[in-house]
Amino acid sequence: MCLAVPGRIADIFEEHGTRMARLDFGGIQKTVCLAYLPDAVVGDYAIVHVGFAISRIDEASAMETLRHFRELGILEEELGEVADHEYSAPTPCPLPT
Amino acid sequence: MIDTETVTPSAPSFSDWACPLPLRDYPTIVLGHGGGGQLSAELVEHLFLPAFGTADAASLSDSTVLTLPGTRVAYSTDSFVVKPLIFPGGSIGTLAVHGTVNDLAMSGATPLVLSAGFILEEGLPMATLARIVQDMGAAAREAGVRIVTGDTKVVERGKGDGIYINTSGIGVVPAGRDIGPSRVRTGDVVLVSGTIGDHGMAIMSQREGLEFETTITSDSAALHTLVAELLVAAPGTRALRDPTRGGVASSLNEIARASNVGIVVDEEKVPVRGPVRAACELLGLDPFFVANEGKLIAIVPAAEAEAALAAMQAHPLGRDAAIIGAAVETHPGMLVSRTGIGARRVITMQIGEQLPRIC
Amino acid sequence: MKYLTEFRDGAIAQRIAAEIRQITTRPWAIMEVCGGQTHSILRNGIDQLLPPEIELIHGPGCPVCVTPLEMIDKALAIAARPEVIFCSFGDMLRVPGTDRDLFRVKSEGGDVRVVYSPLDAVALARKHPDRQVVFFGIGFETTAPANAMAVHLAKKEGLKNFSMLVSHVLVPPAIDAIMRSPTNRVQAFLAAGHVCSVMGFWQYPPLASQHAVPIVITGFEPLDVLEGIRCTVRQLESGEARVENAYARVVTFDGNQPAQALLEEVFAVTDRAWRGIGVIPKSGWRLSDAYADYDAEHRFDVRDIRTVESPKCRAGEVLQGSIKPTDCGAFGSECTPRTPLGATMVSSEGACAAYFNYGRVVQLERVSA
Repeated sequence: MCLAVPGRIADIFEEHGTRMARLDFGGIQKTVCLAYLPDAVVGDYAIVHVGFAISRIDEASAMETLRHFRELGILEEELGEVADHEYSAPTPCPLPT
Repeated sequence: MIDTETVTPSAPSFSDWACPLPLRDYPTIVLGHGGGGQLSAELVEHLFLPAFGTADAASLSDSTVLTLPGTRVAYSTDSFVVKPLIFPGGSIGTLAVHGTVNDLAMSGATPLVLSAGFILEEGLPMATLARIVQDMGAAAREAGVRIVTGDTKVVERGKGDGIYINTSGIGVVPAGRDIGPSRVRTGDVVLVSGTIGDHGMAIMSQREGLEFETTITSDSAALHTLVAELLVAAPGTRALRDPTRGGVASSLNEIARASNVGIVVDEEKVPVRGPVRAACELLGLDPFFVANEGKLIAIVPAAEAEAALAAMQAHPLGRDAAIIGAAVETHPGMLVSRTGIGARRVITMQIGEQLPRIC
Repeated sequence: MKYLTEFRDGAIAQRIAAEIRQITTRPWAIMEVCGGQTHSILRNGIDQLLPPEIELIHGPGCPVCVTPLEMIDKALAIAARPEVIFCSFGDMLRVPGTDRDLFRVKSEGGDVRVVYSPLDAVALARKHPDRQVVFFGIGFETTAPANAMAVHLAKKEGLKNFSMLVSHVLVPPAIDAIMRSPTNRVQAFLAAGHVCSVMGFWQYPPLASQHAVPIVITGFEPLDVLEGIRCTVRQLESGEARVENAYARVVTFDGNQPAQALLEEVFAVTDRAWRGIGVIPKSGWRLSDAYADYDAEHRFDVRDIRTVESPKCRAGEVLQGSIKPTDCGAFGSECTPRTPLGATMVSSEGACAAYFNYGRVVQLERVSA
């Protein structure tokens, strides 16, 4: 269900009486409907699905999640796990070095 | 017959081009332009010949006689249908030249001459046709090939998408050169000449219902000079492919099957421009399946890989070239890619057209 | 792209996977409900990083896969009409109906168009007042606000030539139905992050406690999916069964209130058939009575089309996780990606197509090893 992609609100305007916005998605721009995010302002990031911004991205939560991931990594390094598990690592790609 | 001596056209200037009389009487194509009468002759004389730089009206005749150096000849044909006819970075005219030049180049041939067959739809604006044939002429001149024979037919309005073009091409292949999709062996190295997906996404950005604004332009280009440099550096080159429709995925799958080897590529090493990647994310497409018109895939023996890479990167059309993978013994006939998180996925050939998805 | 690239980091993915391996002590069957997550799992090979004890069951959350055959036959009948411009998301064009698909209708003269957004279909209706523009309104709660807005605008603007063939489905009733199934094997759910971005997750705590099943709201990038799995396994291992939000940058408890308000106005809950599964009570949306004039089923009178699904296709059992694709007699013989019997073989991320493709590699490697 549902391919949705984050973009940055670059411009907000009205079209056919509906709140619309131009969003920038890493170098391409697309007009999307912003009616469901009445509080969003230029510069916010939003998740877009089939031409509709459906959710604003919370920067603080994103940072928090990433920080948490990094801590997981540190913890794992300290424990020095992985090695003795019966899991076999994916075959490395036999590229020339 | 058209004189096969080189005709050096004067420097083309398209900005102030105007359709000379009596074509001006018809701002659009009418059925009579394909009727073989005066209107047909005028179209050739006033539009095609000046654009192609073949100034000899004798090429109105049905065939042309060529004297070719050497005896190993590569011969290819390709038909071009594209919507929109004119897109960022080119038109159906540039594609019609580059496509056939590249098909010849992929067998190691030096392309020499092209034919051009046009199927025009009644009502096609003359200005659009002019732009397209000028693009063809410019592309041919730049590639050093000549358009030596041609044909035009007109179909009723509603029976075509404005214009279809077929080009056939002839090139010569030096003795001893043997390049083909079935020659790849385990251990060979896979290179791509630059970023993938540019052409397909440039077209997609213009499609009704899917439009987006972008700086992405088609990569349409003639690759034979790049191939020439590559073959000097890597004379043992096994296979060459221009990954057009179906993208890199189709080309590598075809080679894997033809040579009965497995091919493994490292996804992170495959160059993709940021906006192309972004457009693919937005529409749910995979760059591996998106068309290219100015890129090639080369498979070379491992010992020649570094030289091949350096030669490609030294050429303007190969600046972003990269080594992306290798032929392996396991999973013969299949293409497997190593993903960004170090796992694997199978990349099959797509079954039909790649469609934007919501899921 | 910001908020995508950071969540695809290969090194961190390996670390989260290592953490999952470390906390896993016994077999667990986890269903990712959403087809988008299935796509991400297969596209990135996330399942290959997991310990063998963890089985991911690809759930029924692909709107393309679960749209009932009968609805596709209705779409085909409408799309074939000469006065109609039939608009659809690209995914639906190759999904087989009883005897053809939308591509074939197009080849036979139907005006079938792929659009990116339902608003593009509304724009076509404005542009072609002499044609009937029909939008195939499929999808889960994520897509519903877009479809609702399209109908809402058409009504507001008085666009009499716009209508929608609605086949909306809802996640919570499907989770409930799966847990009630006597053959159910699912022990935990990754809930669909983008569905929850619209609906919030206030609907889930009762499900989690009633069925004693962990439900973790999960995103779509590799790190998000792995984190969802990690949270799920941690709950399973410690005997917990609660709702957790592992996609907090996008999902809030309440969800998108303006969207929910318009959904309430435009749609009404209805029983809905799911392809291969059967009717799940109150598991879908239809247009509400106030919008009945915009219902393509009424306008083109296709309500009498009744279709029976192929008894050979066991997609429903696959989607519920009760059998693996390879357990189906038609798998790989009558049913392949080229000649799909059911929708799970149609889309490349469909469970059957995924097994078909990846299975061949594993087989070949076994042979050459």
